[in-house]
Amino acid sequence: MSAAPVTAPRSFQEIILRLQNYWADKGCAVLQPYDMEVGAGTFHPATTLRSLGTKPWAAAYVQPSRRPTDGRYGENPNRLQHYYQYQVIIKPSPADMQDLYLGSLAAIGLDPSLHDIRFVEDDWESPTLGAWGLGWEVWCDGMEVSQFTYFQQVGGHDCKPVSGELTYGLERLAMYVLGIDHVMDMPFNNPASPIPLKYGDIFRQTEEEYSRHNFDGATTDMLFQHFKDAEAECERLLSQPADDPKTGKRIIMAHPAYDQTIKASHLFNLLDARGVISVTERQAYIGRVRALAKKCADAFRQTEAGADA
Amino acid sequence: MTDLLIELFSEEIPARMQARARDDLKKLVTDGLVTAGLTYAAAGAFSTPRRLTLTIEGLSPRSSAVREERKGPSVSAPQAALEGFLRSTGLTLDQLEKRADKKGETWFAVIERPGRAAEEIIAEVLEATIRNFPWPKSMRWGAGQLRWVRPLHSILCLLSDDTGAHVVPVTVDHIPSGNTTEGHRFLSPGRFAVTSFDDYATKLKRAHVILDSAEREQAIWQTAQNLAFAAGLELVEDRGLLTEVAGLVEWPVPLMGRIADQFLSLPPEVLQTSMKEHQKFFSVRNPKTGRIEGFVTVANTETSDQGATILKGNQKVLTARLSDAKFFWENDLRVAKAGMGEWEEGLKAVTFHNKLGSQADRIARIAALARDIAPLVGADAAQAERAAKLAKLDLRSAMVGEFPELQGLMGMYYAKAAGEPEAVAHAARDHYSPLGPSDDVPTDPVSVAVALADKIDTLTGFWAIDEKPTGSKDPFALRRAALGVTRLILANDLRLKLDRLFDAHILRHQIRHDTDTDNASLIDTLLGSVLSNGVFGEITRALIAPLESSAPDWLVRLTGHDPALSHDLLSFFHDRLKVFLKDQGIRHDVIDACLTMPGNDDLSLLVKRATALNATLDTEDGKNLVAGFKRANNIVTQAEAKDGVEYSFGADPKFAETDSERALFTALDQAEAQITPAMKAEDFSAAMQAMAALRAPIDAFFTEVQINTENEIIRRNRLNLLHRIRGVCLGVADLTKLDG
Repeated sequence: MSAAPVTAPRSFQEIILRLQNYWADKGCAVLQPYDMEVGAGTFHPATTLRSLGTKPWAAAYVQPSRRPTDGRYGENPNRLQHYYQYQVIIKPSPADMQDLYLGSLAAIGLDPSLHDIRFVEDDWESPTLGAWGLGWEVWCDGMEVSQFTYFQQVGGHDCKPVSGELTYGLERLAMYVLGIDHVMDMPFNNPASPIPLKYGDIFRQTEEEYSRHNFDGATTDMLFQHFKDAEAECERLLSQPADDPKTGKRIIMAHPAYDQTIKASHLFNLLDARGVISVTERQAYIGRVRALAKKCADAFRQTEAGADA
Repeated sequence: MTDLLIELFSEEIPARMQARARDDLKKLVTDGLVTAGLTYAAAGAFSTPRRLTLTIEGLSPRSSAVREERKGPSVSAPQAALEGFLRSTGLTLDQLEKRADKKGETWFAVIERPGRAAEEIIAEVLEATIRNFPWPKSMRWGAGQLRWVRPLHSILCLLSDDTGAHVVPVTVDHIPSGNTTEGHRFLSPGRFAVTSFDDYATKLKRAHVILDSAEREQAIWQTAQNLAFAAGLELVEDRGLLTEVAGLVEWPVPLMGRIADQFLSLPPEVLQTSMKEHQKFFSVRNPKTGRIEGFVTVANTETSDQGATILKGNQKVLTARLSDAKFFWENDLRVAKAGMGEWEEGLKAVTFHNKLGSQADRIARIAALARDIAPLVGADAAQAERAAKLAKLDLRSAMVGEFPELQGLMGMYYAKAAGEPEAVAHAARDHYSPLGPSDDVPTDPVSVAVALADKIDTLTGFWAIDEKPTGSKDPFALRRAALGVTRLILANDLRLKLDRLFDAHILRHQIRHDTDTDNASLIDTLLGSVLSNGVFGEITRALIAPLESSAPDWLVRLTGHDPALSHDLLSFFHDRLKVFLKDQGIRHDVIDACLTMPGNDDLSLLVKRATALNATLDTEDGKNLVAGFKRANNIVTQAEAKDGVEYSFGADPKFAETDSERALFTALDQAEAQITPAMKAEDFSAAMQAMAALRAPIDAFFTEVQINTENEIIRRNRLNLLHRIRGVCLGVADLTKLDG
């Protein structure tokens, strides 16, 4: 385990930067966020699709994530409809994955000689992605600071080899490290900067706007239609012949199709927040997204990046 | 003396799986060693979050040699038989012996298995144990193929005797065995070697690991109690939590904190549940106020600030959690005080089962049934109906959404807040009971009415849609519901005609699902009549008659009612009852003897009869009477079959020839004079005592009298007399069903 850094971080962004540096040092490709609305970092194709097949992989990235039902108009101390996850995915999972993870906590100022860090059973499952794995939620002084999962299946495919996935809920983790009680009060940049910005300076207004949008504003007829369109487009893209008539190359459109799956999933989340999906329909919608995710996984397995070596 | 030490060191094993895993490790390894011919004196298994450990003492260093002789086919037998024998013995033809016996020459195989070194056997058994370990859930990791509960990092396998210790070499999926282990992850990092179990346990403790979970539990409990006591408080006992927490730590350090004043107004169950479920905290009570005022958290490490940072962090998480709980509680109270209409409305959109409608439909059915059951259990009908309507509304409350295990209990708090009477509030809390076989059974009549209606609605509903339990599959816990109804009836000594109850409520399911009718109150009246008078009863029929001209579509359900479903459900109850009574020491055949008697849908009556019969059969007279009855019954039955008549003309004492015959007449007269009123009064003990008193005269009769005499008149008279014995006995219970 690497030694704890001498200084405590001062801001939200410093914690992110330290994680970026730490995982870059450990050999991960530091990617940028996926440019679509997703519910969690796992949805990034760098995790879902790249956890399939035998090609080794190591990536780390921040992923802005949206959970429309969690909107609280910026009033709740730690609930947000838009928040950041930090995601690490390594395939095959290295034998010292736990130590690597603990090193990252030390890097952001959680010194295990002062804190109580525990791995508490928590099996992960994503019904919309047809994925599951075993692992833990990691507790620091009784607070969940990360999710640690060994992927067993994604999109209905067995993960061979197994990927190790780490997900840090950045706001909650940072609030704990920085000793902040309300997320909006958290310094985003260095508080000693000429223009110090707090989390609330950046996100309070958007939380209000999106809360109103998610709960009352979004046009549901349009969302229903978009869901159908995304579903149809995903299937249409995957039903094209593998050989591209124009270039004569074999080009399976797994990623563009997967974008439509991501879209369908987010539209479903919005419809759910609008309260227009009944309990029974809910399962059916989740099943439809899962069916798309599975088809994309099948298609990706046919491509070079997702094949078995 | 040889000892074996095994440690399987892995990433954190879920706490709930550790106890089973200890037992499995011990059983799989010791069974494997014994099957391979080794013996041992003692074995013990241990677990921490990161290791499973097995120690075996007094292991034999070698298995003894085994010589086995097996007889094969005759030398003249076909080639196929010989080949089969060679395959089964694993020998070749030249290794077999020919031996002469009575039928000629026969092949014999002499198989000699030499003794093997323990080491060789241990390696095989350990590898098989690891590869086939029955974890409830297991996983792969990295690029390996092995499955374990979480990644397995090292295997310690050490054999030691007076001369020293050595590693038993075994490699499982690239993990080689060794003689080293690790201590506490943070307090004592690094590996160290061990030489024996004692050395292992001692060094672990030095490396901040208490190996034995019982010792960790003890340490946690002791320290936590001391902390509470020193503050003038007391720890709330929770064995399940203690076991779980002991499975989460290798070096337990309990820390105590206080709950902020602003949360002390929350119901104590909410505080306890929130702290336990989310944070695995023990609750600490103030004995003076009875309130939960503090908590104990158990850290897995010692720190330079004596846990101050850890406690502060935990306190912060608790504050966030309890703020949520308080928010839920206050919001829920607001809805409750406004009459819970919001929740009632919400349950319309929640499906109970796609063939049984929404939760709101279900509640309406339960309320109607509770109202009808109320007079039968001594409850006020309006209160029972009201209680049934409220009892499940808490399912929509935010608190129950967060903590499903608080269902019912929150219902009670919210009913009280809504100003409902105590009986209604308590019914909300108690109507799910009894759940387990040892749960308390509600006794308040309103609670009893709602509890019965709830369970009968579920049972009749799933019967009506043909979703009955099969084999081990009982996804809707219908066996538990039936046992619950049974226990409610017996504990409260209720007299219910279940058959009619089932008929009425199965009809309610069928009618409500056929049509959404405007005739709700008419249907309620009709179903009420089914319940009190039976579906084919005159009063019910009289109610139906005038409707036949208008013939609403649902009416055919009533006029064409098939009682088979209710009968099937009743026999399901009888099966549950048999299991229940068997546990109370009532014989299986005794229950069978009572099940065929009239009124078998009245479980209290049934059990009364069975209890009395069971007691009678414990007496000498009772046992012999059954023998006498069976003898009489056999003779009459055979004679009736042979003669083609039924000997039910009545025996006449004037044809009696002997004293014992005359005495039996008198005895039967006396017995009947006692049995008839006793049966009417349902005094089965008295009836059965009177029946058992027939034993002596029946025995004397059989000793002295020959049934089949030359004189046909006398013979027939005697057969008629036996018939009377049969009649008297069968009126009490079906003694033909008894064993022996």
